[in-house]
Amino acid sequence: MSTRAVEAWTLEPLKRFVSEAAARLVLLMTPAGQVMAQHGFSRAVDVMSAAALSTAIMASTTEIAKQMHQPPFAALTHQGERHGIFLAGLSTNRGTIVALVVYDVDVSSVGLVQLFYEQLAADLQAASPKEGVPKQVLAADFERQLSESLNTLFGR
Amino acid sequence: MTAAGFGRALDLVTRVRGVRGAMLVSAADGLVVADQLMEGIKGPAVAALAGSLASRLGRAMTAAGVGESVFWHLQGSGGALLVVPAASGILVVAVAEPEVNVGLVRLELLRAAEAVA
Repeated sequence: MSTRAVEAWTLEPLKRFVSEAAARLVLLMTPAGQVMAQHGFSRAVDVMSAAALSTAIMASTTEIAKQMHQPPFAALTHQGERHGIFLAGLSTNRGTIVALVVYDVDVSSVGLVQLFYEQLAADLQAASPKEGVPKQVLAADFERQLSESLNTLFGR
Repeated sequence: MTAAGFGRALDLVTRVRGVRGAMLVSAADGLVVADQLMEGIKGPAVAALAGSLASRLGRAMTAAGVGESVFWHLQGSGGALLVVPAASGILVVAVAEPEVNVGLVRLELLRAAEAVA
C-alpha cells in the first residue's frame, strides 16, 4: 500500500502511524477538505469523496457541540462488522488537520488507533513548519491545485 | 454488571502483594472498561496493546489447535503482565512486580474473570 503526501512534512509521521496502528486507509486533510496526505487509497475519486464526507462530519459534529455549549468533540469512532472508522482533528503549526483512519477490526482496534493517534498528533505538531502558513485557495486556482494534489497523491 | 461490581472484581487482584494495578479491558476494542492502577502505569496503552496481543494470540492458538487461551504471563525485567480472558470478551489484566506470587495472581485473575463473565 502506498503512502503519499502533498505536504512533505506529514509523510514520516503518517508512515509511522500506519505501521504501528495497522491502519488500512488514512487521510490527512484540512477542515476545508484539502488533502495533505493519504495512505492506502487507489483511486482519486475515493480520496475526494472521503475528504468531502469526513470534513462534513467534522463540521456537523463541531456545530452540534457548539449548540450544546461544549468544546468540539475530540474524536468520532464507528465500528462496523469488518472495519472501524476513526475521525478526529489535531492541531499543528499549520492549523487544524482532520485525520480519517479506517482499520480492519481483525488486525487493529479502536484502542490501538487511539493510542498511536496521540503519537501521530505529537509527531505532526513537531514536524509542522512554524512559518509560511499557506494562503487560502482562490476559486480560480482551485481546479489546478486539486489536480496537482491528486497527481502528487497518486504519483502521476 | 455495575461499576461497583467491576471494582470488586479488580479488588480481588489488586489486594495481592506485588500487584501494581489491575484492569478490565474490552478485548475486541482494546479499551479500558475499569481500572485500579498505580501512578505511572499508562492504562490506555496497556489496554490497547493487550487487546491486540489477545487477538493475535487467539489466532495463533487456534492455528496450533490448542483451544482458547486461559492465562498468559509475560515476564519482563522490571515486572510482569498477567492476563486472563473472561467469557464475556473482557480481559482481566494485572501489572505486577517481577517477584510477585504468579500462582496467587493467576488464581485471583480467574476469580475476577468469573465475576465479570
